[in-house]
Amino acid sequence: MKFTLSWLKDHLDTTKNVAELEAKLNAIGLEVESIEDPGAKLGAFTVARILEAKKHPNADKLQVVQVEVAKGQPPLEVVCGAPNARAGLVGVFAPLGTYIPGSNITLEKKPVRGVVSNGMMCSAAELELSQESDGIIELDESFAGKIGQPYADAAGLNDPVIEVKLTPNRPDCTGVRGIARDLAAAGMGKLKPEPKLGAVEGKEPCPVSIKLEFPKEAASACPVFAGRVVQGVKNGPSPAWLQNRLKAVGLRPINALVDVTNYISLDRGRPLHVYDATKLKGAIRARLGKDGEKFLGLDGKEHAVDDTMCVIADDSGPLGLGGIMGGEASGSTDATTTVFIESAYFDPVRTATTGRKTGLQTDARYRFERGVDPAFVLGGLDLATDMILKLCGGEPTKSAIAGKEPVETRAIAFDFARIEKLTGVNLSDADIETTLESLGFKIDRNASNAKVTVPTWRPDVHGAADLVEEVVRIAGLERVPATPLPRLYGVTRAVLTDKQKRARRARRLLASRGLTEAVTWSFITKDEATLFGGGGDALDLANPISSELSSMRPGLLPGLLMAVTRNRNRGASDVALFELGQAYRGDKPEDQYLVAAGVRAGTARATGAGRHWDGRSEAVTAFDVKADVFAALTALGIDPSKAQITRDAPSWYHPGRSATLRLGPKTVLAHFGEVHPATLKTLDVEAPVAAFEVFLDALPPEKKKSRAKAPLAASDLLPVKRDFAFVVGKDVAAGDVIKAAAAADKSLIQSVTVFDVFEGGALAAEGKKSIAIEVTLQPATETLNDASIESIAQKIVSDVKKATGGEIRS
Amino acid sequence: MTSSNDLSKLEADLLSEIAGAADLSAIEAVRVSALGKKGRVSELMSRLGSLPPEERKGFGQTVNTLKSKVADALDARKAVLEDAALDARLKTERADVTLPVRLGAELEGRIHPVSQVLDEVIEIFADMGFAVAEGPDIETDAMNFDKLNIPAEHPARQDHDTFYFSPKPDGTRLLLRTHTSPVQIRTMSNQKPPIRIIAPGRVYRCDSDQTHTPMFHQIEGLVIDESTHMGHLKWVLQEFCKAFFEVDEVKMRFRASHFPFTEPSMEVDVGAEAIGKPGKWLEILGCGMVHPNVLRNCGLDPEKYQGFAFGVGLDRLAMLKYGIPDLRPFFGGDLRWLRHYGFGVLDVPTLGGGISG
Repeated sequence: MKFTLSWLKDHLDTTKNVAELEAKLNAIGLEVESIEDPGAKLGAFTVARILEAKKHPNADKLQVVQVEVAKGQPPLEVVCGAPNARAGLVGVFAPLGTYIPGSNITLEKKPVRGVVSNGMMCSAAELELSQESDGIIELDESFAGKIGQPYADAAGLNDPVIEVKLTPNRPDCTGVRGIARDLAAAGMGKLKPEPKLGAVEGKEPCPVSIKLEFPKEAASACPVFAGRVVQGVKNGPSPAWLQNRLKAVGLRPINALVDVTNYISLDRGRPLHVYDATKLKGAIRARLGKDGEKFLGLDGKEHAVDDTMCVIADDSGPLGLGGIMGGEASGSTDATTTVFIESAYFDPVRTATTGRKTGLQTDARYRFERGVDPAFVLGGLDLATDMILKLCGGEPTKSAIAGKEPVETRAIAFDFARIEKLTGVNLSDADIETTLESLGFKIDRNASNAKVTVPTWRPDVHGAADLVEEVVRIAGLERVPATPLPRLYGVTRAVLTDKQKRARRARRLLASRGLTEAVTWSFITKDEATLFGGGGDALDLANPISSELSSMRPGLLPGLLMAVTRNRNRGASDVALFELGQAYRGDKPEDQYLVAAGVRAGTARATGAGRHWDGRSEAVTAFDVKADVFAALTALGIDPSKAQITRDAPSWYHPGRSATLRLGPKTVLAHFGEVHPATLKTLDVEAPVAAFEVFLDALPPEKKKSRAKAPLAASDLLPVKRDFAFVVGKDVAAGDVIKAAAAADKSLIQSVTVFDVFEGGALAAEGKKSIAIEVTLQPATETLNDASIESIAQKIVSDVKKATGGEIRS
Repeated sequence: MTSSNDLSKLEADLLSEIAGAADLSAIEAVRVSALGKKGRVSELMSRLGSLPPEERKGFGQTVNTLKSKVADALDARKAVLEDAALDARLKTERADVTLPVRLGAELEGRIHPVSQVLDEVIEIFADMGFAVAEGPDIETDAMNFDKLNIPAEHPARQDHDTFYFSPKPDGTRLLLRTHTSPVQIRTMSNQKPPIRIIAPGRVYRCDSDQTHTPMFHQIEGLVIDESTHMGHLKWVLQEFCKAFFEVDEVKMRFRASHFPFTEPSMEVDVGAEAIGKPGKWLEILGCGMVHPNVLRNCGLDPEKYQGFAFGVGLDRLAMLKYGIPDLRPFFGGDLRWLRHYGFGVLDVPTLGGGISG
């Protein structure tokens, strides 16, 4: 919503300056988007008169003119190329050093074909006032007495343009008067009385008959439609003051009749429409559109309508869309002599729906979809008639009205104490009443309660809370006293749930392993989603911003792998990234699940990436990500050695170098492994990449243990270590060897570690490999003697053989 | 019989041999030849028994003196030789300490600014008694709009640029939540007041430019009880801003505004002094008293319960506090960006140790 300061002052009697008005508009909820002073860039330009014009001695198309730039000063010599430059012309002068906005130059003193020019006589284009560049500006005689004055002042161009970003609840402020009313209530001046209208109601009946033809259920589309004909008008350009106002707020003047409707729309938030009555065929009808109907809009485009839209039609068919746009065919032109003025009320919801469907964004829609004042339909018609009579002359008919203004009187029971209860602001009853009344509310007070009647232009006010807002925003939010929220406990208590704590812990654990946290889009391409087990239609966006971001992700790896590629394209090939976020199995709330996933590409291992003198740079393997998973689970209170490792990771993992970690058959804790080469190829990721996914929602809850630790059980007896090397089949899992060895004597065997795996040489030829383990025995009560150590060793050897077929290596 | 001359000579010989021992093995040889079982000094002692009793004492004392003299000389020489040997070894042992080392994974990894700032915000609100609530990204029209007092054709609904899923056979269609406010509804519908929560999460809008991305993060705040009013809201926001921007004072401007789910509503600007750019206002959040219709929609009696709600952009907070100019790279996974704007593992925000570490 744009208006100028002088326009505002038509309605607001104020001595406040623009800065004060701006601050107040912001404070009361009418956010100022911009304030532009078009005069600011014209500061140096002055009114001047050409006293004498002579042909340039060295150029045919140039003249040398003597310019009076100030009364009583000797004239300045100026070179001018404009054909209309002549003695006596009053125009706009720019002295040397002036920046000319239209041509983006600063005037310098330099000869033009041998004659020094001491400034410039300007065209409208040079001042960016219009496109007119054929000649210099010719001012009318009223400027003759203003020689030497700043041009912007003399021409009234120093009127600041204020743009306010209206919230959707304020239809009343789509008119300048509504804004003035708010400012007056807020102490910025006095709202001027409504202008007095001349006699607008004619004697003859309106020759155009108006019909509302809606089915009952759509009657609200246009509950009232009023009109009046004015005969014998003289249309044509509207007066300069009106054109200037419209231009100042960005509207193009059309002709006097149309300009009047636009002016009232901006001035009062009351959209109107004018028809050339001679072009109307039969009655004018407001009705629903019919499929297949079309009309040529004022925007010069053809628009199809449908049976949900409110159209204004005559016997020839639809003329325009009610509340949105009129039609070209029935519109007024300079030749129009008989005008039919429309003032109607169109339903906000239907207007908004139609506006969205058609994509038409117009000043009328802006107002109707917010809800114009239903009690100002006839008032608006009269105002328009009055203005047309004043500007275009003519003879009005009686008004014709179909339907009734949909005015509903809302009275709200309002306990003034509610203001303090809801906002903490303490105001006197008198202040409250004054504020509400100055906004147009009517107050009927009795002892305990007030009944507050809402003005017809405030469809947004429905209840006591709304009234509290009205009072407090006008009183000033700075009066809301900051009040400490009572503390619940002396010392803050922990607020995070166990799950939230785990997510936090997992995030920092993974980062501590050298992985960098990324946040990637929740939506990916459909192909990627499908590749990673998703891609169901239910998770496709109906209106994605692009096909790259169109399907909800079934997991986090697609986003991370794409990030790997992007980093590689920027020259970073050793990339370790993780993300902790949600993925989607379906569209129900319980289908959303929390994953901690990571990727390691190139040599980005936890021990360090890239080549280093202290160690070889080896490509990442499944074991790097297995370590990530096991470390994460351990940090989250899960003992990963109690979980089962199964070789059935999903299809995007390398079938031989990946695993799933489970607790029982149903609970999947994690997947890890190298990413399947085919998957990498499809995504155009360069190998090698290892990845993991930990399903944080699947982790069993942490057992609540007593905070006191169990007593330390540290034996004074020295532990004994023994090494064993087993030759096993090449497919035997090391885990099975460890499990068998560890179970040989659960009370004595403290740990079993694998310190060597050898798969080469002669063993390979036999389809075998060697696994060497170190077993640590921790005696509890007495030192182990050779015989007892030997007997345990024998049991380890035989148990491992039983479990895996492995033979002790001789 | 051994003369004192013989003893003197032996002493002189031994001391000279000791002094002449060139290395640790030579000194050991001297020790064995002097003090070993069959050594020359030990041999003298073994003769003690064959001496007449009156000479034994004197002889024994003399030999013992010799023995200790030799032992001392041996020790001293050995120490010298050991020092020399160590010196010689150390001369050969030399590391190039200018070789670079790895700092370790703990310093390599980074926490994303959004996560870090979320941790900061949680820390601050936890101190004011706010728990953390969560809700799904895929929501219904009812949760995202209707129950928040945004009816189907409300113009505000158009401002939201909603991502929709395809309609179901029954005509309903799901959407991606456009704000975290549905968590208000879920919380109030499932929990009796008093309520103090913040609800962080991803939100989605069909929008993309330098300051808008189709996905971003919000934090919702909600307090519901029987007496919390707008003054409490103001205080909470002031305290939050001071704690978050880590300044003693913060200039704040409260402007009346409109949101369908609050009444009265405010928009809040922070004086950019807080981030070292005086003279400007930064729009940071919208808030207000929860609309009676919203309370009613959650089964709460607006005559009894009241409270406030606010919503703030988490990414925006991160940008303001840490001087991050552009929103789009937040979601690009660019390692250069993440390393530069990300946070170390040890930068855990705490109230005692400092919100930004």
